[in-house]
Amino acid sequence: MSNLLLFPILIPLIVATVLMLFPNKIKMQRMIALIGTIATLAASFFLIYKVFNDGIQVVTLGSWPAPFGISMVSDLFSALLVATTSLIVLFVILYSFPTIGLKREQSFYYPAVLFLMTGVNGAFTTGDIFNLFVFVEVLLMASYMLISHGGQRQQLRESIKYLLVNIISSALFVASVALLYSVTGTLNMADLAVKIPQIEDTGLLTVIAVMFLVVFGFKAAIFPLYFWLPGSYHAPPMPILALFGALLTKVGVYAIMRTYTLFFTMNIGFTHELLAIIAILTILAGCVGALAYFDVKKIIIYNIIIAVGVILFGVSQMNEAGVTGSILYLIHDMMIKAALFFLVGIVAVIFGTSNLRQMGGLMKTYPLLGWTYLVAAFGIAGIPPLSGFPGKLLIVQGGFEGPQFWGSIVILATSLIVLLSAVRIFIYAFWGEPVETKPLKKSAYRAMLIPSIILVAITVVFGVGAELFMPFIMDATEVLLNPSLYIEAVLKE
Amino acid sequence: MKTNDVMLKTATKVVTFIILMFAVHIFFAGHYTPGGGFIGGLLTTSAIVLLMLAFGIDTVKKILPINYVVLSAVGLLIAIATASASIVFDVPFFTHAYDYFDLPLFGETSLHSALLFDVGVYLVVVGVTMTIIQTIGEDE
Repeated sequence: MSNLLLFPILIPLIVATVLMLFPNKIKMQRMIALIGTIATLAASFFLIYKVFNDGIQVVTLGSWPAPFGISMVSDLFSALLVATTSLIVLFVILYSFPTIGLKREQSFYYPAVLFLMTGVNGAFTTGDIFNLFVFVEVLLMASYMLISHGGQRQQLRESIKYLLVNIISSALFVASVALLYSVTGTLNMADLAVKIPQIEDTGLLTVIAVMFLVVFGFKAAIFPLYFWLPGSYHAPPMPILALFGALLTKVGVYAIMRTYTLFFTMNIGFTHELLAIIAILTILAGCVGALAYFDVKKIIIYNIIIAVGVILFGVSQMNEAGVTGSILYLIHDMMIKAALFFLVGIVAVIFGTSNLRQMGGLMKTYPLLGWTYLVAAFGIAGIPPLSGFPGKLLIVQGGFEGPQFWGSIVILATSLIVLLSAVRIFIYAFWGEPVETKPLKKSAYRAMLIPSIILVAITVVFGVGAELFMPFIMDATEVLLNPSLYIEAVLKE
Repeated sequence: MKTNDVMLKTATKVVTFIILMFAVHIFFAGHYTPGGGFIGGLLTTSAIVLLMLAFGIDTVKKILPINYVVLSAVGLLIAIATASASIVFDVPFFTHAYDYFDLPLFGETSLHSALLFDVGVYLVVVGVTMTIIQTIGEDE
């Protein structure tokens, strides 16, 4: 079964294609989409087991030798992310059943979600820089469709912005890859990691490294390049927003983590310090937004930007604690963002608005929702037994061990702001005088709440049982910090 | 005033077949000379578009009752199936195979599984471009 690592990419691709054949049979669409994601999840868990026991898995497509064919590489880092992605897509599909609406389901909603999953899983697994571009385009195409899906006024306006920004950044991506190819003559990431240290012109390579930071920064929404995100993410309906918030920016973060640990390590003093400064500015910019808005969606959207900054700060330190913390925090953040969007989505449906000022007093009528939200809010802020804590602790430790100790202080201080912004939703929506609410069918409420509660429960398990997951995370860190392991696995003679 | 388009219609009847033959030629030539599934698909589409210009979208729909969304899905499935067939033989994904066959009319011909993949590409290209043209053309 040498092709095992392709299954998390192939299963959603095939299922999405099959779903294109009968767009109007909703029951079949739901069933097959659900079965497909469960199968993907099972395959990705088996992949983690396999990588953990047998080491890094590599397939070079078409039986060509390694630097010439496209290599697909699955180390624990990418396998963990693939599993997290599959888990989130499964919950998004479950959450879509009661919320997305018949009309949208009939116009290729599930195929688009599964194509997005194909792109994300592929981007996490590929070992070829141009193939990474192709998979990023696959997920972007699917996201273009999803962001404009339904064709409401606001969605159309925001999808134009989103399209423009992403087309420009994709063109820049191609230009950066072209420049890298003209310098090194190869596109395989492992081969790049071998070739780059042999090149004497580190000035040019530093320029390319910064160009890649700009490209992936557009996707990941880092400090000066995040301007498109709050508006664009505000437009689509909640399950799509949860999908975007949990997955899309994380692909950019993953790409930065991969390139900045694997091959752009020739001038750490400049590139990684730049990354650290940008990460801190990203956190601050996100905090300003998270405090400024009285809109539940906007608050959580700005928390995405904060988390991107926190993760990238951990990577920029390039020490064991920092990178381990980043991986932990990345996985935690993907799950908790999806869970928070789910919960906030229920709140917005109950009140019929996402404006905090028009909410109040839900605690009496929906206590379970309130307590679940509180746990998730504490999780995102990193209160000890919950999932945000171990990652952030290690990132802060990495900062104190590394050159940018002041960054750790900023992260600690801004955690309070994150907590404040998340708890403010709780105070406004769940405490105070009850406000008139829209009638919500009990079955629909339950169908929305159950996936959210399970996802929050999984994050709690991830936080409380962090010690259980540590061996996997440590293995992932080891590969990131020792590129030679990655290179040997791909270019085995 | 009703315009007279006898010239256009008569020319189209002849030219369409020439374009279609050329599309097939380009498609099969792809392995050894310039050409392949993508350009072959585009040429086929251009033939159908010419028919649409001359005879109108509804007439073409009647003579070619194809659901182009399904067509592109089928093409995608063919492409994925060709690539995935290698999984059954437990070799890396996308490994192709070829052999020589004695065909009745062509003599000894080498057939390569990349051809099947190209058939998939061809169908996807025709399906996608026709979907685009039809949806825009029918939009009021």
